[in-house]
Amino acid sequence: MTSDSILLSLLIWLPIAGGVLVSIAGGANANRSRWLALAVSVLVFAVSIPLLTGYDAGAGTLQFQESHVWIAAIGANYHLGADGISIALILLTTFTTILVVLGAWDAVHDKVNQYMAAFLVLEGLMIGVFAAMDALLFYVFFEGMLIPMFVIIGIWGGPRRVYATLKFFLYTFFGSIFMLIGLIYLYLHAHSWELSQLTALHLSATQQAWLFFAFLLGFAIKVPMWPVHTWLPDAHVEAPTGGSVILAAIMLKIGGYGFLRFSLPIVPDACQQFAWLIIALSIIAILYVGYVALVQEDMKKLIAYSSVAHMGFVTLGLFIAFALMRVSGDTQAAYLGVQGSMVQMISHGFVSGAMFTCVGVLYERMHTRMIADYGGVVNTMPWFAAFWVLFSMANCGLPGTSGFVGEFMVILASFAMNPWIAAGAAFTLIIGAAYTLWLVKRVIWGEVTNDHVAKLRDINPREALVLGLFAAGVLILGVWPEPLTHLMDASVKHIVDQLLVVKS
Amino acid sequence: MNFNLHDLIVLAPEDFLLGATCAILFIDLFLKQSQRAVTHWLSIAALLGTLGLVLADHDPARLAFNGAYIHDTVAAVLKVFILGIVAMVFVFVRRYLAERKLFVGEFYTLTLFSTLGMLLLVSAGNLVMVYLGLELFALSSYALVAIHRDSGVASEAAMKYFVLGALASGLLLYGLSMIYGATGTLDLAQIRQVGGVGVNGLAQHPTLLAFGLVFVVVGVAFKFGAAPFHMWLPDVYEGSPTAVTIFIGSAPKLAAFGMAYRLLDSGLGSLAPHWSQMLAALAALSLIIGNLVAIAQTNIKRMLAYSTISHMGFLLLGLLNATPSGYAAAMFYAICYAFMTTAAFGVILLLSRAGFEAEMIDDFKGLNQRNPWYAFVMLLAMFSLAGVPPLWGFFAKLLVLKAAIDAGFLWLAMIAIGMAIVGCFYYLRVVKAMYFDAPADKSALVLPQDLPLRWLLSINGFALIALGVLWGPLIGWCYRAFGL
Repeated sequence: MTSDSILLSLLIWLPIAGGVLVSIAGGANANRSRWLALAVSVLVFAVSIPLLTGYDAGAGTLQFQESHVWIAAIGANYHLGADGISIALILLTTFTTILVVLGAWDAVHDKVNQYMAAFLVLEGLMIGVFAAMDALLFYVFFEGMLIPMFVIIGIWGGPRRVYATLKFFLYTFFGSIFMLIGLIYLYLHAHSWELSQLTALHLSATQQAWLFFAFLLGFAIKVPMWPVHTWLPDAHVEAPTGGSVILAAIMLKIGGYGFLRFSLPIVPDACQQFAWLIIALSIIAILYVGYVALVQEDMKKLIAYSSVAHMGFVTLGLFIAFALMRVSGDTQAAYLGVQGSMVQMISHGFVSGAMFTCVGVLYERMHTRMIADYGGVVNTMPWFAAFWVLFSMANCGLPGTSGFVGEFMVILASFAMNPWIAAGAAFTLIIGAAYTLWLVKRVIWGEVTNDHVAKLRDINPREALVLGLFAAGVLILGVWPEPLTHLMDASVKHIVDQLLVVKS
Repeated sequence: MNFNLHDLIVLAPEDFLLGATCAILFIDLFLKQSQRAVTHWLSIAALLGTLGLVLADHDPARLAFNGAYIHDTVAAVLKVFILGIVAMVFVFVRRYLAERKLFVGEFYTLTLFSTLGMLLLVSAGNLVMVYLGLELFALSSYALVAIHRDSGVASEAAMKYFVLGALASGLLLYGLSMIYGATGTLDLAQIRQVGGVGVNGLAQHPTLLAFGLVFVVVGVAFKFGAAPFHMWLPDVYEGSPTAVTIFIGSAPKLAAFGMAYRLLDSGLGSLAPHWSQMLAALAALSLIIGNLVAIAQTNIKRMLAYSTISHMGFLLLGLLNATPSGYAAAMFYAICYAFMTTAAFGVILLLSRAGFEAEMIDDFKGLNQRNPWYAFVMLLAMFSLAGVPPLWGFFAKLLVLKAAIDAGFLWLAMIAIGMAIVGCFYYLRVVKAMYFDAPADKSALVLPQDLPLRWLLSINGFALIALGVLWGPLIGWCYRAFGL
């Protein structure tokens, strides 16, 4: 068994051990818990930097591999590895966790040690999802994530938190357990849980179709795609700010990542066969859910629906690649589609995380998320308003922000397939602009509408730091996406090459 | 048939336990109530001594008493866990018994005799031995359920348990007699040889054998508590003192697995295609009834009783595979289940005090605020029972699902996972009560200074997560027991 590096193991277990430490050592001392959690999250981020610097982006293969026998009796391995795609998502995770810890500094007063511990454990499990190259190990991390999130929403959430967290848990559990049956089925044929072995397996068209739908249930609920998205608005609305940020910025990405790692390489023929279905669902998500977002009265709900619409771009980009292969064999455009999805995932991580943090900042001051309770915030909170407007622009996909890059690539790829699909997708830019700008108009601009708004204080340095870091991510990615695309370039090419393999 | 003194050495663990139990029974007569702790510690020492004898025995598999007693690794693994769990149960229940004036020698001697019955059951090599072991176990546990003589509920539970248990024993005995009639032998290994011929129509009474099989399956299903033979289980769980429930809910499941393995594989293995269909029906019913009815429960003991029914459905998924890897999966499941049960009931025991039984789900409200650590242990037990990774319970479910799909029962696996989602709901309700609800009584919880219980319970809870991450050695042991 090989072991190139223990970096990924360290990244998984360090936050988990840190979480245990915070929950025990923090005790009732809230400040000690906060500083400890911050130290752990910064340390984990520092440990994740060598992934970026040490990665040979030109090769695009799995690197930093580590493999040990886990359960010899059933052939499961503790196999970790990362390619460009995983590394981008792992860095997003470690970065966002710092901001979540910082963001909760003054917002959470109850059982701070447990709150911080839950987020650190969650961080370790999410990194595990992106690093696992063994299907059983992947599943363990994928499901294990639900436990801390369930607790986070349930303890520190809003008034309807119990309903929301049960719905979140049961909904996602429902999807992934069908995926488990699919994985067991694959294991019984391949006699291995290794992803590379599962990818190499020859499967008939019928087998692939069944497996495709098993995976679809698991990942579509996680993404979430229309029409299985209904858990998300509830979970987002009731979750504490940190929970919403992690949910939107990283957990949703795990669905997209799952499609990329499991559905595409393992059942390519079925993906090709059912690409129309996913494309249709994605277009519905983009258009219909966009309209739904327009009429929301709760800020968090609006952003949650906008997340569903934006994640529609991710699934559209992934599956447009299949349609392209079938129609024209246009590898270049297919590659653009997958690459665009990936950029969109990272970008949406920053933008949605930032938007939810902004709502959290307002909520801490006013204890309401209703749009109608606000108005003219710019008069009392000018700095905050500047950040909010920047993130809103990114949410509409304005050129120069990260939101533009991914959407543009996906629309470009769709155009190669069918101008009408591209038109449908592009239409979202208008709806997106409509609901986002209208939100800005009602909350930020205008005269001060009530006394509560008049008494608002502007953001403090800590909040400015959190929002500033998000803003830096949004702008750097928007102006200069080259480092990110270069990081994922070869890995995406590698995945697109796998799409050409006909297995049945 | 000749009696060979050497055979007794093969039975060294059972001999020792029998001797020790009789000695404890005798010593206990001369103890004052204030000295009852002696019985407690002697009983634990007896179990650990027996455990040591089982572990020390590295001899290869062999038979004793003309094949009536089988000494093999399957029996050894089951015995190790049965003895260990019963010893753990003794530590868990001491304070509970003392606070209810149930801290009496009878509890210990009855439990020890019951344990002896289980040891004989899992080593049984012929039909008579199966029946003897089963009855020794069952009769002792009927009495245990009724140990709280003044409690009407407990007496009612004991009566139900006894009547239904006697009925099941009768059915089983009837089935055994048919098998004896059809094959002309009581020895399980010989039944397997003759029975194999029976399927091919060469034996004289294939129909009789098939009928015998049906009755045996009913008897086994009753001992597991698999639906539709589960009626006794919720009442017994709820009605018994929690100290007895934790015993009945844990180790006997291992013994039931041992009995099923001996009868169905060692004895009627040639009829596997038939009984695996029957077990599939039982499993489907148990999964559906157990999980759906558990939703409606407000009493946590009763909820766990229905959850037991569903877990036995899962266990049957492994058994019906009828291959060594399926049996290993089922055995792994039984071991895992026993530890999850002791953790869950352990927390109930810890929270109970004189005059207060923490048996309603509402009694767990806000536990996280009053005592975060034991709330966390209960959380681990609940998520493990629900089968969420990375806890032990998930991997047990994974293996039995794999066994079922491997045997071609994909439809059953689909029912199982559908019901696992339902199961999640009621386990999460306990977590919800502990973590999300405000406690009725805000004061910090004064836990009894019962350090053995608190430490062992913590270790038990921790084992659910440790064995979830590192379950390789244990499943390796189970696989080796079945020659894989």
